[in-house]
Amino acid sequence: MFIIDCPWCGARDQSEFSTHGEAHIVRPEDPETVDDTEWGQYVFYRNNVKGWYRERWMHAFGCRRWFNVLRNTASDAIATTYVPGAPRPSLPEDT
Amino acid sequence: MSAKPNRVGKKPPQKYSIFSLAHQAMQKHTGWQAAWRSPEPQAEYDVIIVGGGGHGLATAYYLAKETNVGRIAVLEKGWLAGGNTARNTTIIRSNYLCDESAKLYGHAHQLWEGLSQDINYNVMFSPRGVLMLSHNVHDQQVAARHFHALHLNGIESHLLGPEEIQEKVPLLNMHGRYPVLGGLYQPRAGNAHHNALAWGYARAADQMGVDIIENCGVTGFMIKNGVVKGVKTVKGVIRASKVGVVAAGHSSVLAEMAGFKMPLESMPLQAFVSEPVKPCFNTVVMSNSVHVYMSQSDKGELVIGAGSDNYVSYTQRGSFDLTDCTISPLIELYPFVSRLRMLRQWAGIVDITKDRSPIITKTPIENLYFNCGWGTGGFKATPGSGHVFAHSIAAGEMHKIAVPFGMDRFTTGALINEAAAVMH
Repeated sequence: MFIIDCPWCGARDQSEFSTHGEAHIVRPEDPETVDDTEWGQYVFYRNNVKGWYRERWMHAFGCRRWFNVLRNTASDAIATTYVPGAPRPSLPEDT
Repeated sequence: MSAKPNRVGKKPPQKYSIFSLAHQAMQKHTGWQAAWRSPEPQAEYDVIIVGGGGHGLATAYYLAKETNVGRIAVLEKGWLAGGNTARNTTIIRSNYLCDESAKLYGHAHQLWEGLSQDINYNVMFSPRGVLMLSHNVHDQQVAARHFHALHLNGIESHLLGPEEIQEKVPLLNMHGRYPVLGGLYQPRAGNAHHNALAWGYARAADQMGVDIIENCGVTGFMIKNGVVKGVKTVKGVIRASKVGVVAAGHSSVLAEMAGFKMPLESMPLQAFVSEPVKPCFNTVVMSNSVHVYMSQSDKGELVIGAGSDNYVSYTQRGSFDLTDCTISPLIELYPFVSRLRMLRQWAGIVDITKDRSPIITKTPIENLYFNCGWGTGGFKATPGSGHVFAHSIAAGEMHKIAVPFGMDRFTTGALINEAAAVMH
């Protein structure tokens, strides 16, 4: 279990949140022009990193707003949370 | 391919039987050989399998037994079968919806039935039946659809009514928060012993000359002009003509070493065992709606499975949130469990595809093969997975059962959608 610091509401229990996978995946601007390979990459392929990972969460049982989390998938440690559109925080030094 | 390694000058491998047991009993069990050797890696192999879990060991076994591949090694980062092979709930069934899945899991199921004899190791396969419960009208419709699809694929299953279910599972609470309206029952299904499966395959593969090398994590691949030439490991570089990766939750990590991505996400899947009690639960009962699966082990422990957490994590723990979501419906369905202590809780890291079907595939790197994406249901498929993967690697062409499971389906869109079928 982890405590997630919702950038809109503050620190809350994980059970209040829903999780929505890797962040910063951009939908191709014009889907009609991309080929199957590129579309497949967009829909199905994920970095699935063991280490620091940027992902999207939503405060489902709270303010219901979306934000991004920088979390280490090897330890579940959360470095920071940030609102959509904010500059991407750099990766913490691994200790 | 070079000739098979011979074992001239070595003792013939022991065969396990009632006679060898009696023979050893007379000499106070001092004459048992180690079940497999612990060799140092050679400089070069014809095929290297990365990952010494059930699927990797099965692949090595069928490569040695049924193909003309000579020198085979299995490289395992930790100890043999210490990952998901030791972390699952050992359920074996083949009642999948899609035609492609029916062939793959059906193939595995058939191999399970003769496996103990084949590898001369008692895997304790127990076809005690698997029952999947329906709690509402929608569940019943899904079960009926499943039943008809299975019937068309020649897989025996039965739709049971509440009376038959109550008779089969007297300890099930039929009228609680999740009323039991019916169920889909596969009599040939059941469970087996997870360690016996791994140890049995390891021993049988070892006897045919496969080198099983533990504590030998792979740190990279040697790739020249798009062709794999070997692997870099913590024990040095090992050359190989072909490499098969069977690394479950860590498949993406290995794919990244080779320079490509996989359509996978790795998530924790929890399980629990209770303190042992007398035999009281002789069927495997699953409830897909509330995500609780339960069976009783031969030791008497109740083995309980859950749904997976849905965030990427490699921690092998799982969230307390999901523990709670498992225990609550568990107690609703089986009130007697509330009096039992849980001895252990753990999670395995399962590599999940969007269509919830596995990936058995060639990769962008020539002679590098991946077998992954088994998600929450890999244990049951171990023999079939290893068998088709071994033949695919040996032939250089995917086995006909494995063809639909290539990673190209995530480009073509020809998904094998078990996610919509079971949704777990």
